[in-house]
Amino acid sequence: MVEKEHLIDLQHISKDFDGTTVLDDINLYIRKKEFVTLLGPSGCGKTTTLRIIGGFEYPSAGKVLFEGKDIVGLPPYKRKVNTIFQKYALFPHLNVHDNIAFGLKIAKMPRDDIRRRVEKMLDLVNLRGYGKRSVDQLSGGQQQRVAIARALVNEPQVLLLDEPLGALDLKLRKDMQLELKRMQQALGITFLYVTHDQEEALTMSDTVVVMRDGKILQIGDPKSVYDEPANAFVADFIGESNIMRGKMLYDELVRFSGFDFPCVDAGFGQNQPVDVVVRPEDIMIVGEDVGQISGVVQSVLFKGVHYEMMIDTGETVFKVHSTVMQPQGSRVGINIVPYNIHIMKPMPVDDPEGGVEEE
Amino acid sequence: MSQNLNLPAWLVWLFLALLAAFVVFGIISVKRSNGIKRSFFASPYAVWMILFTVVPVLLIGYYSLTDASGAFTLDNFKNFWDSNYSVNQLYAQMGPEYAVLIQRGTVNLGILLYSLWMAFLCTVICLALGYPAAYFMADRQLKLGSTLVVLFIIPMWMNFLLRTVAWMTLLEDQGLINTLLKSLGLHGAQLMYNDGAVLLGMVYNFLPFMVFPIYTSLTKMDGKLLEAAQDLGANHVHTFMRVTMPLSIPGIISGITMVFMPSVTTFFIPRILGGGNTMMFGDLIENRFLTEGNWNVGSALSLIMMVLILISLSILRKADPEGEGGGIV
Repeated sequence: MVEKEHLIDLQHISKDFDGTTVLDDINLYIRKKEFVTLLGPSGCGKTTTLRIIGGFEYPSAGKVLFEGKDIVGLPPYKRKVNTIFQKYALFPHLNVHDNIAFGLKIAKMPRDDIRRRVEKMLDLVNLRGYGKRSVDQLSGGQQQRVAIARALVNEPQVLLLDEPLGALDLKLRKDMQLELKRMQQALGITFLYVTHDQEEALTMSDTVVVMRDGKILQIGDPKSVYDEPANAFVADFIGESNIMRGKMLYDELVRFSGFDFPCVDAGFGQNQPVDVVVRPEDIMIVGEDVGQISGVVQSVLFKGVHYEMMIDTGETVFKVHSTVMQPQGSRVGINIVPYNIHIMKPMPVDDPEGGVEEE
Repeated sequence: MSQNLNLPAWLVWLFLALLAAFVVFGIISVKRSNGIKRSFFASPYAVWMILFTVVPVLLIGYYSLTDASGAFTLDNFKNFWDSNYSVNQLYAQMGPEYAVLIQRGTVNLGILLYSLWMAFLCTVICLALGYPAAYFMADRQLKLGSTLVVLFIIPMWMNFLLRTVAWMTLLEDQGLINTLLKSLGLHGAQLMYNDGAVLLGMVYNFLPFMVFPIYTSLTKMDGKLLEAAQDLGANHVHTFMRVTMPLSIPGIISGITMVFMPSVTTFFIPRILGGGNTMMFGDLIENRFLTEGNWNVGSALSLIMMVLILISLSILRKADPEGEGGGIV
């Protein structure tokens, strides 16, 4: 599906706003037909990156290559990209049809062609027969579809999406995620998607780019970012995690929470401090006597599919997800199989919660 | 104002009855709702409106349809159509041999057309000057906005008459501009006492009423829409023509209304800057009331003016059915 050829290359992009560094030496390539998601907490620079590609911001330093040519000086209207804005930015004085036809009219396309292509787009986004409606009369989800149609009708090489589903409710958001993915595959357009919702990023993307404080922390496909987070921040931001300080005793043996766990990682050296990440669903609850370690169930929360239990081992409080509930106050054993223990170099900076905030 | 008000007793009673009815209804509605309704607090405004808007309009209507003795007549309106009406009446009474002297006077109609023309010119010039001004004021990137806004507001703190008189010191034969020209060895020019000077005075006085509604509609506009237009391939000209302009139409209509209405009824400016050579409809009305003391003809002229304004308002309303004209119209 994804082609090898690079469509967009960001080379050493930096951006300052009045002395504040928003982007710090960003290097990223986007291939043809790829679905790339920029993921990070608000203020991490993901939207600025998108706006630089769209032409709405100029980088303070660095190059933006589009099919090998630097487009930094090119105004937005000369770029072969289209954007879906956060709050859609539909033209309130135009009806649905005229909103979608906007780009085609500017391009001076013959009237009949415009009508045909707008109709086709309305079909694609399931809004057949809505052409004459005023955009104010539409629901949030419908406005979203009009925004998508308005961008896609111009057949851009790249579609930039700036948190397009942020204003929709959960159910609609899930539906739209699948629909966007379907459209992207059907039309073979490159998508660059910005979100702070890790689940959205994992569901839709070919490649996830995790950003924080203007830097790229990790680039990879969803599975590798989830399973092999580059550091404790990524682990914490993508999915829920138990993050602990530990010590790599030697290859394939790590000590944390007062126990020496066999693991599969190697190459850290001997007796080196490390960060250890274990996903809550990877912790197995067993009988008190047969666990590697044991602890007391502090609290139990029902989360729908599973129970979330906090288990206090005395040294650490583990967050555990399981479909089987253990009563509060009971003593249980805990087992973690070696390949579910993720070892990473300790983050020198601050606590991993630092940059995370919900919008 | 020596004119005796000369109102028949029944009219006075009617006004009093209206006011009394309003007060009674107010009391009843307060009693009914066992307390003070929110609408009760609008009553000072309602009293104000009745006293200073409804009553005067009714009075104008009454005066325009009566003669000096209070009898019903349409002569006042005929007086507008034929400014020689009373003389012509006289000739007609004097006998058939004087009939040749009867000639319709077109002065009033001429003044009305002249006023409309001047108001039209003033509105067009205000729009041409005001739109770019509002556009630059609303441009966030230029950072000129607040300075320009203040520059436009400061002259409005001065009285309208003073501002107009101030122009005299600039435009007079011995005024600032002519003195400057002569000191440069150039010929002075006749700057005052012509249509141009009157127009200048009108534009100067009414320009802010064009600028601010447009400014409001432009600043209300979502900046993302301009980015969206550019994103879809529109250059700056396209963006302006297809997005900025259409979205500022409510402001434009509001501005046109705010400028055109006072322009048509302008008085004083033609007398000061036009030197009394020209007269506008406002001057004519003022003249009938204050100089001739003929309240009946003056009222008829006012009524005609009012109808014209109502017609132009309703036309403008059609163009802006949502009435979002910056909340000013």
